[in-house]
Amino acid sequence: MSAEACELAGPRGRSFWVPLFGAWLIALVATAGAVFLGEVLGMTPCVLCWYQRIAMFPLAVLLGVGLLDADGRSIRYALPLAWAGWCIAAYHCLIFWGVLSEGLIPCGKGSSCAEADLQVAGFVPIPLLSLIAFTGILALLWVANKRVKT
Amino acid sequence: MNKNWAVFSTVAAVVVAFIAGAVIFKDRSKQEVTQALQASSGALVRAHSPVYGNPAAKVTIVEFFDPACETCRAFYPIVKGLVNASVGEVRLVIRYAPLHTGSDMLVKILEAARLQGKYWEALEKVMTPQPRRAAHVNPQMEPIWGLIADIGLDVAKAKSEANSPAIEQLLSQDLADMKALKVRRTPGFFVNGKPLLDFGEAQLKSLVDQELKKLKAP
Repeated sequence: MSAEACELAGPRGRSFWVPLFGAWLIALVATAGAVFLGEVLGMTPCVLCWYQRIAMFPLAVLLGVGLLDADGRSIRYALPLAWAGWCIAAYHCLIFWGVLSEGLIPCGKGSSCAEADLQVAGFVPIPLLSLIAFTGILALLWVANKRVKT
Repeated sequence: MNKNWAVFSTVAAVVVAFIAGAVIFKDRSKQEVTQALQASSGALVRAHSPVYGNPAAKVTIVEFFDPACETCRAFYPIVKGLVNASVGEVRLVIRYAPLHTGSDMLVKILEAARLQGKYWEALEKVMTPQPRRAAHVNPQMEPIWGLIADIGLDVAKAKSEANSPAIEQLLSQDLADMKALKVRRTPGFFVNGKPLLDFGEAQLKSLVDQELKKLKAP
């Protein structure tokens, strides 16, 4: 470990930088992936996809800046976004699998949130990918947050 | 500095992966279009389609067209200009790709106008109010009839003919051909059977020029 890393470490000696980096990497890949699906593959995002994008895109920027300054407070600012995104993704999954009815949300315009089209490589639903990404981000932010506090 | 470097190089890696993915996908979809064209070249021009310009012209621009598409509207004067400037050497064949909500109804109105010999007049009228309907949600059809009334159309006759089985059949054939040729966006251009792979005004013009030059070559 470099001298800089020791400086960042809490009393127990473990740096929050690595889990923060992991959370940021997930957000960055998810952002690039969402833009790729929308702009390159030409899939029209539905309403719920847009709300998840609104939560995910700033995470890629916010956590990135937090990493550059090794700023532990960035975790605090990122958590509400990650939770909001997680809740929308979970709700979207329930709609996608038909547990909840789509009639509850206004999906009239654009593409449907329950459409079978929302799949990558033919079988992985995009809302599930989103839920996995937000879950990973939350878990890593939780680890990073603990290391900042201790 | 070491860690900042890790952040920047990760960003660079993701950007490179994104661009590489986009290039690969574009290449693959180009191949797909070329293959679809080879498999169903007969789907490109049908006898039922409206033709602008000299019907016997040697260069044929096929346009998959949606009367409610803004880009189609923007390209209309460009394509018309290409046909007019060629003095009988280029013709335009209109195929329908009604991708917007209500576009199929617009197509039926246009085809009904064509039965009365007022096709191009109706087309230009129909495209004029487009910006107001830009949201494409629940387009109002009644005002369209009012709009094209002043081109000297027998509206009552056109209204009854718009829903004729012949027009219905033309529309479904165009839709089937659009799918067979993998046209997913409008306007979709083909010049003498060659797809316009890189979309743009200059690209379309150079594709037409290329075909015109072939004509002049001995």
